[in-house]
Amino acid sequence: MPKVKSLPRGVAMVGAGMSKFGAFAEKNSRDLFVESYKAMTKSVDKGFDPSIIEAMYVGNFSSDQFEHQAHLAPILADSVGLLPIPATRVEDACASGGVALRQGVMAIASGMADVVLVGGAEKMTSLSTAAVTEALATAADVPFEIPAGFTFPGFYAAMASAYMAQYGMKSEHLMNVAIKNHDNAALNPNAQFGVTIQTWMEGRVAAALKKGKPAPTWSTIWDFLHDESGNPTIAYPLRLFDCSPVSDGAAAVLLVAEEIAHQFTDHPIRIIGTAQASGSALHDRPSITSIPAAKIAAANAYEMSGVSAKDIRIAEVHDCFTIAEVIASEDLGFFAPGEGFKAAEDGMTARNGAKPINTSGGLKAKGHPVGASGVAQTVEVWKQMRGQAEARQVDGDVSLALTHNVGATGSTCTVHVFERRI
Amino acid sequence: MKDETTTIRPFTAVAFNQYLAEHQLMIVKCSKCGGVYAPPRAICPKCHSEEMEWVEASGKGKLAGFTIIYSGPTFMMEQGFDKKNPYVSGIVELEEGTFISARITGLDMSKPAEIKVGTQLSVDFVEFGEGESQKTYLAFKV
Repeated sequence: MPKVKSLPRGVAMVGAGMSKFGAFAEKNSRDLFVESYKAMTKSVDKGFDPSIIEAMYVGNFSSDQFEHQAHLAPILADSVGLLPIPATRVEDACASGGVALRQGVMAIASGMADVVLVGGAEKMTSLSTAAVTEALATAADVPFEIPAGFTFPGFYAAMASAYMAQYGMKSEHLMNVAIKNHDNAALNPNAQFGVTIQTWMEGRVAAALKKGKPAPTWSTIWDFLHDESGNPTIAYPLRLFDCSPVSDGAAAVLLVAEEIAHQFTDHPIRIIGTAQASGSALHDRPSITSIPAAKIAAANAYEMSGVSAKDIRIAEVHDCFTIAEVIASEDLGFFAPGEGFKAAEDGMTARNGAKPINTSGGLKAKGHPVGASGVAQTVEVWKQMRGQAEARQVDGDVSLALTHNVGATGSTCTVHVFERRI
Repeated sequence: MKDETTTIRPFTAVAFNQYLAEHQLMIVKCSKCGGVYAPPRAICPKCHSEEMEWVEASGKGKLAGFTIIYSGPTFMMEQGFDKKNPYVSGIVELEEGTFISARITGLDMSKPAEIKVGTQLSVDFVEFGEGESQKTYLAFKV
């Protein structure tokens, strides 16, 4: 196991912004990235001259497959007027954004740069859902996992089946995660699905009546979520509302050396822990009810930052599927193994709970443009820690926050710890 | 007499699939530390030895996790699977102590809640396609 070293130089986030997430037929990844960059520049309290940016790292999983456009980084740098700075695309599947963030942190911590732009962008909706499923499947260990017929919903469904067998969870428990994340997304203007499941269900009923079809007889969201016509099974035991959507979107954050942060803002957010770990294909693990790379990344990030799980006020975790949020809440040490689903049921992870998770709406409801997700998590942390999360702002002081970004079934995981000093 | 064909094949996906086509589930064993792995590896992940050998798995295992897939990849659709005709993918813990991904056959998909993790399975080989495009897929049956 590699030793955890402390950051040789302090790193601060002084700006963060994202595009709206959703399905945008008329926008490609660079258009979305421009939106996120503009939002980021607006968020820098004292303003800044973009020509001081020295390097850029951008998370993108597969513009090659989604847009038939490789070599995205210099194109994105050009789109926001940053040529000729070095621009590097980072690919680690759905963890691309988290890994790009870590590259930016390391560039500053090493002393090689003082000001770095970190971005993430993905344009997925140009392909059919079937084609997106195939594109995402290339993040697996293709020759050994895909011939079994696995899809990504299938992998996480297999994890859910093992978790249910080990801990007595029912698939209904997972619905609590989706309900909570939609509740949060309903308060996030950038979310792809900014509606509660109640509102979603009422919309389905209204649409049926408008078309002169018999209205569905769901009286509660639980009826809706249990009904195959409302919430179809995708990969048993996971249903549609257990899955994050196909999304377009981008996010951008500005990192600087801590000693110059005051030039940008009086309220910087320090990144005090960064960790990344790699893992095998899903079938090469002694247990599939947790993600070893996440546990290692979490332990290392806690050690580097000198904090523990109980100190973390809020977390944005990688809920590509509802079961992934449950497992993340255990891997990060917030809850004991087998307790994560109960914590979700008891409301502990809700916005007003003891350990709010995914106040943004998470990947589930905010949307999951895969390469952007790890950076967009950072945008939510930025807002919550600075008291700028508007209607979804959590109560009290958010002095410590965490992000957890996973690639594939956990072949890559990054964990970052953020601190706001008063 | 030592069967040379089982010792000289490289530790690659192609060789693994060649064995499957011969209806053999072959896994690799480290000659130094005895670690057993599937899929194959040329270097032992535990002791970093390069002295690996192919060994045939007993073919017995148990279900470690599963899913019933209603919307699969194109190649599964081409094999006749769809929403009305779903299939099971699973992770199998081999008797040798290592795990592998495989199709699972013989389970009652109409009663998914009754499918038990831990179900005993035995190896099977599923062929699809004809002539040169024929491919053998690893499966486990109840």
